[in-house]
Amino acid sequence: MKQFVFLVRRDLNLAFRQGMDSLLVVVFFIIAVVLFPFGVGPEPGTLARIAAGVIWVAALLSTMLSLERLFQIDYDDGSLELLALSSLPLEVTVLAKVTAHWITSGLPLIVAAPVLAVLMQMDSDGFMVLIVALLLGTPSLSLIGAIGAALILGSRRGGVLLSLLVLPLYIPVLIFGVSAVDGAIGGYEFKAQLLILGGFFIGTLALAPWAGAGGLRQALE
Amino acid sequence: MADLHRFANPTRFLKLAGIIQPWALAVFLLSITVGLYMAFFTAPADYQQGESARIMYVHVPAAWMAMFCYTVMAVASAVSLIWKHPLADVSARATAPIGAAFTFLSLATGSLWGKPMWGTWWVWDARLTSVLVLLFLYIGYMALQGAFDDRVRAAKASAILALVGFVNVPIIKFSVDWWNTLHQPASVIKMGGSSIHPSMLWPLLIMAIAFKAYYVWVLMVRMRQELVANKVRILRLKQVHGG
Repeated sequence: MKQFVFLVRRDLNLAFRQGMDSLLVVVFFIIAVVLFPFGVGPEPGTLARIAAGVIWVAALLSTMLSLERLFQIDYDDGSLELLALSSLPLEVTVLAKVTAHWITSGLPLIVAAPVLAVLMQMDSDGFMVLIVALLLGTPSLSLIGAIGAALILGSRRGGVLLSLLVLPLYIPVLIFGVSAVDGAIGGYEFKAQLLILGGFFIGTLALAPWAGAGGLRQALE
Repeated sequence: MADLHRFANPTRFLKLAGIIQPWALAVFLLSITVGLYMAFFTAPADYQQGESARIMYVHVPAAWMAMFCYTVMAVASAVSLIWKHPLADVSARATAPIGAAFTFLSLATGSLWGKPMWGTWWVWDARLTSVLVLLFLYIGYMALQGAFDDRVRAAKASAILALVGFVNVPIIKFSVDWWNTLHQPASVIKMGGSSIHPSMLWPLLIMAIAFKAYYVWVLMVRMRQELVANKVRILRLKQVHGG
């Protein structure tokens, strides 16, 4: 546990010392969403209708953009091998790196999301649910993404490949994330979707570190 | 385990594949002829959908094969990761493009059928969407295979991906039961017997055999080709290093 916390703090320190890097993900998130009013027109009804979907898709894409850095830097400078050699099980290492990744890229998205919801004319009934859904959904995105990030280490065209591997697996989170928010806005029941998102989170929390560690092991051989 | 590793020897496998390949081709040619004849001439037209229901005889077996191929790929990947069986890799890699082709075929035929029947080429229904995701998984698998210079790494990375993506297969199978979809629920294999009339069921099953035989045939061709290509590569390397 102590090592786990240490590893998370190390990754957070590295991210904060690089300053802008982790902030760039949020900037991408905001720009991606802001493009939509130009694309589909500023008509409030249209924007409100697509707001939840657009915010979720942008969150998916920006999480995916930041994934490449999850293991790549440590892989390049060799510290990943040292981490693998340490007494900490590789699965826990993966979990620690995912935690740090979520704090640096998932959490800022959640902070930015309500502002974007206002810009997209989203009905205020959806705000709380959007935040809760993102809170439950983005950790799953980081966890699933860690598998992809581990698999592409050392390959050619890593970034594009990563999107091809990870985005199809993100679809369930997107579906239930959007339908929870749309349900809340429409005045329907939305608890079921949130529970399913929570279920995804627990499921990926249990399984993704193993698959990710498997991916890292074969990369380090 | 002894049986599994008996065929780990590529030479022994090549011999066996040489025997299976013509037989698979023969079964395929025979059953596709009989199956298509029955599908077009002896099977009755549907009382509601008319002649266009005949596309089912291609669509349904193709969709079965799409899921079957992915399952084969996932099992082969598991075998290659756990027991490091050398042929498991080769068979998983050889299966991927065939499965992707079947997936595409089932989507394309379904879309052609959907236009006159549902009035649209495509609906975002749970079954269609999950099959589309399956196609992306196949493409991702093949892309990952091709992204490494080191073939052993490519095999391992894509094996893990195939196993992770396997969660989608039960979702496809049960999507029509879990969600209220436009796509009709399972009618061939279900509790309490099939709800398809034998005059339609037989051509369907014969077509399914034809598709399976086709798969075995192409799999043998591709696996032999890959093993021979490996041999050529090793011989070339020997030449370079030796001479």
